[in-house]
Amino acid sequence: MHLAKLLWKNAFRHRLRTSLTILGITIAILSFGMLRTVISAWYAGVDASSASRLVTRNSISLIFSLPISYKDRIRQIDGVQEVSYGNWFGGVYLDEKNFFPNFAVEIENYLKLYPEFILPPEQLSAVSRDRKGCVVGRKLAERFGWKIGDAIVLKGTIFPGDWEFVLRGIYRGKDKTIDETQMFFNWEYLNETILKTMPRRANQVGFYMVGVTNPNRAADVAAAIDSSFKNSLAETLTETEKAFQLGFISMTEAIVIAIQLVSFVVIIIIMAVVANTMAMTARERIGEYAVFKTLGFRGYHIAGLIFGESLVISMTGCVLGIVLTFPAAKAFGSTLSNFFPTFNVATSTIYMDVAAALLVGIVAAVFPTWRAVTIRIADGLRRIG
Amino acid sequence: MNQSRSAIVEIRNLSKSYRRGSQIIPVLENITFEIPDGEFLALMGPSGSGKSTLLNLLAGIDSADAGSILINGVEITTLAETELARWRSLHVGFIFQFYNLIPVLTAFENVELPLLLTRLSRKERRDHVETALRVVGLADRMAHYPSQLSGGQQQRVAIARAVVTDPTILVADEPTGDLDRHSAGEILDLMDRLNRESGKTIIMVTHDPRAAEKAHVIRYLEKGELSDASR
Amino acid sequence: MAIPFSYSFRNLWTRRLTTVLTASGMAMVVFVFASILMLSEGLRKTLVDTGSPDNVVVIRKGSASEVQSGIERLQASIVETEPEVAFGAQGRRFLAKELLVLINLPKRGTSKTSQVTIRGIQPESLLLRPQVKLVKGRMPKAGSSEILAGTSIARRFRGGGVGENLRFGMRDWTVVGIFDAGNSAFSSEIWGDADQLMQAFRRPVYSSVIFKLADSSAFEAVKKRIESDPRLTLEARRETRYYADQSEMMAKFLRILGMSLTVIFSLGAIIGAMITMYSAVANRTGEIGTLRALGFQRGSILAAFLMESLLLGLVGGCIGLFFASFLQLFTISTMNFQTFSELAFSFTLTFEIFYQSLLFSLIMGFVGGVLPAFRAARKNIVEALRVT
Repeated sequence: MHLAKLLWKNAFRHRLRTSLTILGITIAILSFGMLRTVISAWYAGVDASSASRLVTRNSISLIFSLPISYKDRIRQIDGVQEVSYGNWFGGVYLDEKNFFPNFAVEIENYLKLYPEFILPPEQLSAVSRDRKGCVVGRKLAERFGWKIGDAIVLKGTIFPGDWEFVLRGIYRGKDKTIDETQMFFNWEYLNETILKTMPRRANQVGFYMVGVTNPNRAADVAAAIDSSFKNSLAETLTETEKAFQLGFISMTEAIVIAIQLVSFVVIIIIMAVVANTMAMTARERIGEYAVFKTLGFRGYHIAGLIFGESLVISMTGCVLGIVLTFPAAKAFGSTLSNFFPTFNVATSTIYMDVAAALLVGIVAAVFPTWRAVTIRIADGLRRIG
Repeated sequence: MNQSRSAIVEIRNLSKSYRRGSQIIPVLENITFEIPDGEFLALMGPSGSGKSTLLNLLAGIDSADAGSILINGVEITTLAETELARWRSLHVGFIFQFYNLIPVLTAFENVELPLLLTRLSRKERRDHVETALRVVGLADRMAHYPSQLSGGQQQRVAIARAVVTDPTILVADEPTGDLDRHSAGEILDLMDRLNRESGKTIIMVTHDPRAAEKAHVIRYLEKGELSDASR
Repeated sequence: MAIPFSYSFRNLWTRRLTTVLTASGMAMVVFVFASILMLSEGLRKTLVDTGSPDNVVVIRKGSASEVQSGIERLQASIVETEPEVAFGAQGRRFLAKELLVLINLPKRGTSKTSQVTIRGIQPESLLLRPQVKLVKGRMPKAGSSEILAGTSIARRFRGGGVGENLRFGMRDWTVVGIFDAGNSAFSSEIWGDADQLMQAFRRPVYSSVIFKLADSSAFEAVKKRIESDPRLTLEARRETRYYADQSEMMAKFLRILGMSLTVIFSLGAIIGAMITMYSAVANRTGEIGTLRALGFQRGSILAAFLMESLLLGLVGGCIGLFFASFLQLFTISTMNFQTFSELAFSFTLTFEIFYQSLLFSLIMGFVGGVLPAFRAARKNIVEALRVT
């Protein structure tokens, strides 16, 4: 009979034990895949960032601002194509739990810099014309059931007070890796209002978004921007968007590393379980293997049987785990949409799942195989019956 | 037949059948007989004749379809499971073909097992175990594990376990089936001694004619019917 | 009427490899479980140590933290006159007006930076925080560019040690002392003179006003007065509450992530225990029959096998806890999601976590062993004996 068929039948000789083992592997691969997906989601911002966009901010820290007057000087620097600017607004919609990123930006140029945010042109002109107009991402609009024309009120934390906006546009992402949970409104509206209430804080931006003509020259342009503001009252720090995002993430590095470690722990746990199953199975069949040897089968035949069975079990569990990962990620992603704007299962995660299951199947079979192959025939035969 | 001894086992109209798929196969049909106190009975018969089944019913580890089994006046067919277990622990001693000792317990601990179901104190249990092991001649091997004993020695430990509670009856299912001639002889002598010196009632199922020889009475079970006592 | 405990124990010992593998699986789950609890406890402890219930923190209304808040000098003066503020020796008020900003500082040993809190303090600030002690160097001279660094900063960041310099706000600042604030958040901060820092950062407003209550129960009264005063747009909270709120998001995140991970992992370990125990029952069917024949009740059989899997859990739990206890040697430093500033906290093992972990491992042993134990108890005597 075919080898595969033999292996499959052997594996299911003990249905309960094999089913439980496969269940365990399925759970392990599912958890492993989910954890790795969490890590990819953590880095989603980095992956979505562009090498031809630079972020310019106050070199002291993000909480310090830059004068709006810098705009023209930045525009004149060689290699700069487009400049937009804005402030992190940090407004709260109804409850702190409903967190989403919201910014006051110079919308027209900002959207030119982000071609991956797709906004119909009539919506863009609507938001430009309406001082209080705002644009939100599709997922955000779905979450709260907003429609064009709705009034949205945010409670300011950095800029206190209740701020009223009118929804004029809904953008969608170019593909599913793009964050569709952001909200933008006109920077002018923010500035005008502060000029009246807190004039000291007016005419300041939190960041400049700079588009470069040639991504290969990004580093040079960044250096040029920073040197032009060196020794002024507000020194700048300019870096590519990717570097900026990475810098942010590295601050929570400890947590990411912890999650990566834990994802490997789950694999080790399941390795112990499968090794246990294989050890038990092999011990029970020691007599049979001795008989095989008397019939003339060699050590590597027996090794093949044991490794084969172990791999059949682990790969079956792997396939089931991978299949379940997709619906699980979907469910997880919608519950955690506050923390992770995108939650997609990467192909690399699938490869890692397969590699993990292969590793488990191989490692679990090592010791039992060694025992089965080295046992003397006489000892083995004695163990029958 | 010695009529002066009272019957310690009274079986009336005992029937038992097995289900195999949709078929019902009768094994014992309307068996009626008595076993006097202190008898050494051998039950023989062809394979599948139901002698082990009869033994299991007597010992209270299987339940009959119909009929009554009175052992020392107790009707065991009406006892609930927990009561039956309790009754077994006090009244039945088992001797199995493959000894059935617990491998992770020492000889001493194996013999002590049935006593754990009584209210005896630790010291009292110890005394009983030592006595039982002395009777079977293995007092010096108390601390050994079954894997360290020969087949004959293991069976002797099993016999010690069987008598340690001073049970009403001893049931033995092919006690010499796994032993060589010499050990088998020793075991049979031991059982004979127990019967003669302590008056233990023994019911033994066996294939071995030499074992049957040691018994007082032989009955044959064939096609669900029990022959008369011979000897 | 029970089967002796040694029966369960010795059976585990006889099949050592299986016992080790199964217990290891459980040990790892307990390790993860305990470490998450220890981390949450460490975080909580850091914040509890950071606040004093008698202190009140006043910030601008609607601000999530001191960093976003701004209090004008005039408003601060009004708060100063509140009668509930405690007085100390020589008529000094236990009240400080502080400035809080975040700056990027480079870490030691890598090129990465992290956002660190700088607190502009006044002399009264130290009175308000008796848990803070100067452990090295000296206090900064008034009106100078001298600063203090918390122990965590001195250890982790370049330029944070005594005699070293940090550059920000277009000035060089010299670290002249290190302060130890125990487990509290202050150990991850840099402290300097409020006026000097306000000038350097050109921020003419304070971030917060902190004061001590003369009578702790007067909190509600002063809170009401401050929050309803039309001249002020401020809110007041007890310091302990303020810091607890600061970490709520992180604590919640740790809790949710941690617990879901543990539940999933425990499923794997429980399956391992089930496989082991089912196999044990299958291998010892003959023994089960014998024990029942001898008169042991079904309940005793159930108990004996359940005891075996509970022991497995217990062994796993002890091993897992043993390794988890070593985590106490490590400190985690990460960015607090809510304040965006660096926070260092460690793993803390408490007696509660200890017994919770053991209980968890026993539960895993129980759940893994209960079905196989029932199977053992339900065996028919005659059939079980036939197996031998």
